[in-house]
Amino acid sequence: MFHLSILSDTQHTTDRPQTTPGGIPLKIEGVSKTFTGRSGAVEALQHVELDVAAGEFVCLLGPSGCGKSTLLSIVAGLETASSGTIWADGQIVRGPGTDRVLLFQEAALFPWLDVQHNVEFGLRQAGTPSRERAAIAQRFIEGVHLNGFEKSYVHQLSGGMRQRVAIARALAIDPAVLLMDEPFGALDALTRDQLHAELESIWTSTHKTILFVTHNVREAVALGDRVLVFSPRPGRIVREFRINLPRPRSLENHMLVDQAAEILSVLKQAI
Amino acid sequence: MVKATKVQLVGSSALGKWLRRIVFYILILVVWQVVALSGIWPSYALPGPLAVLNALIYGFQNGQFLQAALVSLQRLAIGYSISLVIGVVLGVLIGRVRILEETLGSLILGLQALPSVCWLPLAILWLGLSEQAIIFVVVMGALFSITLGVDTGVKNTPPIYLQAARNLGTRGVALTTQVILPSAMPAILSGLKQGWTFAWRSLMAGELLFFTLSLGNLLQTGRDLNDASQVMAVMVVIVAIGVSIDSLIFAPIERGVRERWGLQG
Repeated sequence: MFHLSILSDTQHTTDRPQTTPGGIPLKIEGVSKTFTGRSGAVEALQHVELDVAAGEFVCLLGPSGCGKSTLLSIVAGLETASSGTIWADGQIVRGPGTDRVLLFQEAALFPWLDVQHNVEFGLRQAGTPSRERAAIAQRFIEGVHLNGFEKSYVHQLSGGMRQRVAIARALAIDPAVLLMDEPFGALDALTRDQLHAELESIWTSTHKTILFVTHNVREAVALGDRVLVFSPRPGRIVREFRINLPRPRSLENHMLVDQAAEILSVLKQAI
Repeated sequence: MVKATKVQLVGSSALGKWLRRIVFYILILVVWQVVALSGIWPSYALPGPLAVLNALIYGFQNGQFLQAALVSLQRLAIGYSISLVIGVVLGVLIGRVRILEETLGSLILGLQALPSVCWLPLAILWLGLSEQAIIFVVVMGALFSITLGVDTGVKNTPPIYLQAARNLGTRGVALTTQVILPSAMPAILSGLKQGWTFAWRSLMAGELLFFTLSLGNLLQTGRDLNDASQVMAVMVVIVAIGVSIDSLIFAPIERGVRERWGLQG
């Protein structure tokens, strides 16, 4: 449990500015969201309260359309809450920021750029000189095991490879928070297991704060320190589970399967 | 044996296409020559292909055709560049700013329906029989196609690219130059292609009215001299330039975009 001790260290020293790499705390305070469409007002989120510690891995679990993706967009600053406040590292979130990067289900890579330049994209926006950019991108491309695909274009990659590029693109700008919106939802089971392991090892070595949205109970239990169960629309947190299973976790582990079964029954009641 | 012939047929299908094409053109030339020789029409009205070939060789030998082509191409380059710059800026503005799309957008849609030759009388009234008048017509020919191509591309930018880019720190002008425009490239390219054909046609129309050495004007001189073989020779040059620009400039760019994006050719 080497990484856990480091984790608690970072938690104690979050008031020390910018010296420890890794995650930042998030606070979601009374966030509600109502969409007004042609068919009237739709309440997507109802008074969500959530405290996430720096470096914590939190899974948001709920049925489709329960507003959990909306919550991630609001935390990312890409959408605004109808009421309530998001705090990232003690600062109120007022728009998108490179400290919080959102990963989408469909990877959202730029088809006009090859893998290398997709990964460099955020660094280019930050004005990083091109040689340094290339070196950083190379490191993260290796980190997600895509050496040799630097010059490939998006359409030449499989779904799993695309998500790897998206992860590398996000990590390259060294965000404190990863917001993952069902990033592995469209992948086959085998690829998904592989990416779970890779994500877990990335998280273990970087201690970034991760909010991970999914409707897959086992995925949530396999990855999260905590699993929050959302109710159907309007989404709100109905139950919270702390997962104390040792890492790395195996999906076949019977304790994990038991825990997943318990959460699934709560989820079914919520629906 | 049967199998072998079949394989050979499949293997030479590309060759066969070219063979059929060449035979087709030879047939046309032969029929044309026969009709020209038959004397149904006087030779000054319908010269045969050999007479046109002679006119072509003569035109290049005395330097007239080359010089005229260079003058025309220069005008095309100037006019097209101007419409490219204005068209991209207008297209982005109309695509991004609601009020401009409602106002300017509708005007441009209307003006696009106007054949660019219709601008000729105004161009002459405003700018006289001058270089500027011709370039004005070329600009008017290409501008609206380019603008609408860019506009379409900008409007169809998938919102997820914009979100991803903003999230990765893209701000202001970079959002347009590094995300919206590249993402719009396939639509922009078709606007650029259409714009170029319109520019080329407008240029030929403009040059008919204007007395300097140029391809359009060579057509006019041919008519004045009752020299149909020169007219046809110049037409051959115009077609050749058009096909060359298409296959040497636009086709490679288009192929590049298609390969990158993984679009089916």
